[in-house]
Amino acid sequence: MKVLVAVKRVVDYNVKVRPKSDGSGVDLNNVKMSVNPFCEIAVEEAVRLREKGVATEVIAVSLGDKSCQEQIRTALALGADRGILVETDAELQPLAVAKLLKAVIEREGVQLAILGKQSIDGDNNQTGQMLSALAGMSQGTFASKLDIADGKATVTREVDGGLQTLELSLPAVITSDLRLNEPRYASLPNIMKAKKKPLDTLTPAELGVDVTPRVKTLKVSPPPERKAGIKVGSVEELVDKLRNEAKVI
Amino acid sequence: MTTLVIAEHSNTELKPATLHAVTAAQQIGSEVHVLVAGAGCAEAAAAASRIAGVSKVLVADNAAYATQLAENMSALIAEVATAYDAVLAAATAGAKNVMPRVAALLDVAQISEITAVISADTFERPIYAGNVIATVQSTDARKVITVRATGFDAASAEGGSATIEALSSAHDAGLSRFIEERVAKSDRPELTAARVVVSGGRGMQNGDNFKLLEAVADKLNAAVGASRAAVDAGFVPNDYQVGQTGKIVAPDLYIAVGISGAIQHLAGMKDSKVIVAINKDPDAPIFQVADYGLVADLFQAVPELSSSL
Ligand SMILES: Cc1cc2nc3c(=O)[nH]c(=O)nc-3n(C[C@H](O)[C@H](O)[C@H](O)COP(=O)(O)OP(=O)(O)OC[C@H]3O[C@@H](n4cnc5c(N)ncnc54)[C@H](O)[C@@H]3O)c2cc1C
Ligand SMILES: Nc1ncnc2c1ncn2[C@@H]1O[C@H](COP(=O)(O)O)[C@@H](O)[C@H]1O
Repeated sequence: MKVLVAVKRVVDYNVKVRPKSDGSGVDLNNVKMSVNPFCEIAVEEAVRLREKGVATEVIAVSLGDKSCQEQIRTALALGADRGILVETDAELQPLAVAKLLKAVIEREGVQLAILGKQSIDGDNNQTGQMLSALAGMSQGTFASKLDIADGKATVTREVDGGLQTLELSLPAVITSDLRLNEPRYASLPNIMKAKKKPLDTLTPAELGVDVTPRVKTLKVSPPPERKAGIKVGSVEELVDKLRNEAKVI
Repeated sequence: MTTLVIAEHSNTELKPATLHAVTAAQQIGSEVHVLVAGAGCAEAAAAASRIAGVSKVLVADNAAYATQLAENMSALIAEVATAYDAVLAAATAGAKNVMPRVAALLDVAQISEITAVISADTFERPIYAGNVIATVQSTDARKVITVRATGFDAASAEGGSATIEALSSAHDAGLSRFIEERVAKSDRPELTAARVVVSGGRGMQNGDNFKLLEAVADKLNAAVGASRAAVDAGFVPNDYQVGQTGKIVAPDLYIAVGISGAIQHLAGMKDSKVIVAINKDPDAPIFQVADYGLVADLFQAVPELSSSL
């Protein structure tokens, strides 16, 4: 079974980004870029499936400009077998990403696609669901546990009230939640090996997908600033302030 | 312009999140309809018909929608949506699972977790864990939108008298099967609806110590929440997580105990009216957003707090 994992290049989660002063966009000058954390979890899950003999090949796919090669190499160092970059300088929105991934899946004969549940830059939480709908594959989002056996996927999902378990027929799209696994670190030898693994490049035109954005960002601005309040000296003072000043208890 | 709101419900009860989505829908279009899809959901539909400002309730009562399977729900909603200019749902785990599929089936974008309506096609939404607010304009003829409940007041649950119309269409994709749901029963208010939230982090050290927070919560009729670190460590279940990738809350009072205040946590609670932080590290970033900060060992301060309430 071929498994596809989608790895997105995003601003590292430790960076506190700021809007540019003219509101035209987010200031991405010299900020550290990484693999979206949820995608790292997706890669780990796919690699474990191959280690267990469930998956035969793990293909890491990233979509965006040339620099996304870095994130594909990271996925290869973590154990993916080969990479595909869908290269474009155009802004990619979730619907376009889902259409491109669907085209790659059809080309490669993929049985299982594992995506992150959410990209931490756009906070969209859409792409996996869109891919599943477009490809007619079953869907297991926000997964914290995944088992594959007898042509079925059993997935435990993080939902508002707790945990839900579904049985999915394959092919399926899974999106990873934080508790699905703890990703390994890439070892130096594996980082070296990753440089020799195959990495192909495709374009949206070759895949026959129109990626024109559907949503325009008119401006970006900082959120309303929250001012630090005061330090209280004791629990007694805290309770007094909450009762008599803030009047919330 | 008519907008359709997808109800969040348990067949017998309408979830409060729906009321916030109705308010957002009213700001987009003049007329608001609600779709209730479930199995044996007449009570939820009746509740939806009483929401002030709703003129029609569509009810799809069919076994195919009993557990809100994404494949089935999205096929239904996409079919119904073609009669509307905009389809909205509160950004619950359920809607996040279903609505992007609806958008894809309609070949339109989804606008996720809007916090303000600027006009019928222009919205505000937080990105980068709430560090940036984007104003975005949809160029699609039909809008698919999820609504962050904390951005909109709740519509009044009573006062409306919408007509109720049954839908007969049943979509059963047969791709997935519901096995079970493990939902912890609790007498406490729901995290996203509570007036007071008491949350614990890694500083709590173990799950047992959350009893200290429960004692405070009992006195304040509060919900209990947690940081990711506390959930990952197994102190409390996943549905306690507050933050960028957990639940978004904005109670009147949020008490953060043994939580450092990482941006991903702040993203889920910094719109609370009053924030209290209890942390032994005076430099913890949580103090930068706290109205009242107490630098103290939580194992001393929290028992003292519950006994003085
Ligand atoms: C993709 C991604 C998504 C994430 N999503 C979320 C999310 O949704 N929600 C979330 O919360 N986090 C999220 N995180 C994690 C986040 O970055 C932090 O790691 C996490 O919030 C830290 O939790 P914490 O504050 O409990 O732990 P720590 O940062 O370890 O802080 C513990 C605090 O407890 C204090 N303390 C310890 N002992 C005591 C004591 N005896 N008395 C008083 N104080 C004490 C310490 O001083 C410290 O400040 C996410 C991270 C990533 C990468
Ligand atoms: N440009 C991209 N390249 C690779 N994967 C992507 C891209 N955009 C989205 N994805 C995948 O879709 C998931 C969810 O993204 P989103 O819907 O943007 O929140 C991510 O975690 C990735 O797995």
